[in-house]
Amino acid sequence: MAAPFDLNDDSVVVVIGTGAGGGVLSNELAQKGVSVVALEAGGRYLPEDYINDEWESFGQLAWLDARTTSGDWRVAKDFSGLPAWIVKAVGGTTTHWAGASIRFQDHEWKALTNYGAVDGASLLDWPIDGAEMAPWYDKAETKLGVTRTGDRAGLPGNNNYKVFEKGAKALGYKEVHTGRMAINSADYDGRLACQQTGFCFQGCKWGAKWSAAYTDIPAGEATGNLEVRERAHVARILHDDSGKVTGVEYFDKDGNLQMQKARIVCVAGNSFESPRLLLNSVSDMFPNGLANSSDQVGRNYMRHTTGSVYAVFDKPVRMWRGTTMAGIVQDEARHDPSRGFVGGYELETLSLGLPFMAAFLNPGGWGRSFTTALDSYENMAGMWIVGEDMPQATNRVTLSDVKDQYGLPVANVHFSDHPNDVAMRNHAYKQGQAIYEAVGATRTFPTPPYPSTHNLGTNRMSEKPEDGVCNKWGQTHDIANLFISDGSQFTTGAAENPTLTIVALAIRQADHIASEMAAGNI
Amino acid sequence: MTKIERTGLTRRALLARSVAAGALCVTGAGFIAAPNAAWAVEVTVITEHQMATLLQMARDIYPHDQVGDQFYAVAVKGYDAEDKKALVEEGIAALDAAAQAAGHADYVSMGWEEDRVKVLQSMEDSGFFQTVRGGLVTGLYNQKEVWPIFGYQGESFSQGGYIDRGFDDIDWL
Repeated sequence: MAAPFDLNDDSVVVVIGTGAGGGVLSNELAQKGVSVVALEAGGRYLPEDYINDEWESFGQLAWLDARTTSGDWRVAKDFSGLPAWIVKAVGGTTTHWAGASIRFQDHEWKALTNYGAVDGASLLDWPIDGAEMAPWYDKAETKLGVTRTGDRAGLPGNNNYKVFEKGAKALGYKEVHTGRMAINSADYDGRLACQQTGFCFQGCKWGAKWSAAYTDIPAGEATGNLEVRERAHVARILHDDSGKVTGVEYFDKDGNLQMQKARIVCVAGNSFESPRLLLNSVSDMFPNGLANSSDQVGRNYMRHTTGSVYAVFDKPVRMWRGTTMAGIVQDEARHDPSRGFVGGYELETLSLGLPFMAAFLNPGGWGRSFTTALDSYENMAGMWIVGEDMPQATNRVTLSDVKDQYGLPVANVHFSDHPNDVAMRNHAYKQGQAIYEAVGATRTFPTPPYPSTHNLGTNRMSEKPEDGVCNKWGQTHDIANLFISDGSQFTTGAAENPTLTIVALAIRQADHIASEMAAGNI
Repeated sequence: MTKIERTGLTRRALLARSVAAGALCVTGAGFIAAPNAAWAVEVTVITEHQMATLLQMARDIYPHDQVGDQFYAVAVKGYDAEDKKALVEEGIAALDAAAQAAGHADYVSMGWEEDRVKVLQSMEDSGFFQTVRGGLVTGLYNQKEVWPIFGYQGESFSQGGYIDRGFDDIDWL
């Protein structure tokens, strides 16, 4: 049967969310002839709709439904209702992401084995490894058109990169380049080359950056096997007496409750909404929520150890011009406990426009210490720290007392840094500041983490059912026809920006689901 | 309604009617204006004194010497509204009381920024201060007219990006 599908059609796979996980999974299944209904809470925005204005774009794309926060992270104080800067739209956060596409390092798949047990951390090895993932990474890099992979050239360096590169090389760093980016350095796959416009975070108006919104989603729809229902907010997942899931209830664009039957349900709503949905799907049979016999749903929330370093020079940099994140130092990504922490971190170029710099440089800051920094905005360079943070069972998503517009309990996001996270961030601040001082910075700013963009864990993959929520295929340990398809299945976070890995896992999962369906196993 | 408008008043008329010290003049005619008559803010709900105090407070929270008063005025003009009146009355009264405790007539007549900042620091945790400060983050820095003063160029898509317009033109490294 071709899309659109009937609500009572119980042969379809329902995918909840259309970002790097759900959007790719939906298309990959559709390409294999599987009928898919993708339910997306947000609306559809395409390059012509994107707005190159930070606050206006934020209002257009960001997930602004209620969430609550707790824990000692500074975000809970400065942005208490906004734990994450992620997107509510068809294509999800692939509209907003910066495009950095780097593979996990082999040792990172086995963090517990390679780092050893760390006090207070719930480290675990992934049930998969680099060798198993290599062919899926190849497919993901081809799909996204990642620069410096295949025969694709790197992007040219912008002003912000040139400052960063010179300082990094002065410090002796060797692995310094303009990154492996899902942003075209030449026309690719029907999409233009990067025009160095800036505003990568606001949706690429040229389509030079890969986003599921204008690649996988329309490609899947073109097969006739994928129906995307926009502004469909999923309330709960239903099951039968045998414990298999049978469909989902959602509020449609007009606020009416609907029920879509399903053969398989794949959850890809990101690391807040996915566990929230499972926890909200309570029943007599599953009083703690779906797939939660282990009590692991919502636990081990990770957000990468982040932070930024900005620096002011005596001459202009104009960091906002050009690709936002095309610049990386990888020398510190290694695991080297002699630095005082396990795991590693990447340093990547970053810039914010003046409005967001004012909001994020030192949230709550005021007076001349703050404003003289902004006075030198034109002379500023910036970088972002992204490192592996420690999974902790107490860092978790739970249901809040606050309800959303549909009367559903919202996610409370609890996070506190592990001492390893703090040690890593302080090391990265020091190195980042040294990079800029090596090229004559007159002032540097170790800037606190923003609301999270890399939201990981909360439905983690584990070999043993008691350690996590899903198995090596993202299939939940408890329910055979319920899958986790987004970053929430990450066992550990590694040091790398997660999107490439989410995409690789989604391609692999689609292959698995299609063959299991064909074999009649699910 | 509150609005920013160019005033036809002469400099002499404004000076004659002004009652406050500093760059801002409370004219007592339902609006406050720059001494050089370049701009004015009309007030209909809160008092001229309260608006002048808000303007000075905005400058003291986010002082940029190269940014003119008119931009700060735009950022605080929304406080001239019925639903803000109580907050403003109470907040400015507290500010003036703190200034008086420090031996000054009121907040706007404190001559040194350093002294005014001490008053602000003493009430940094108040709802009034945090509301005004938080509002300024977008109210001041999200004015497109302010961006060029900081060198920020805003969107470039309409001009084809920077690929041929200096994305890599740094020349001092």
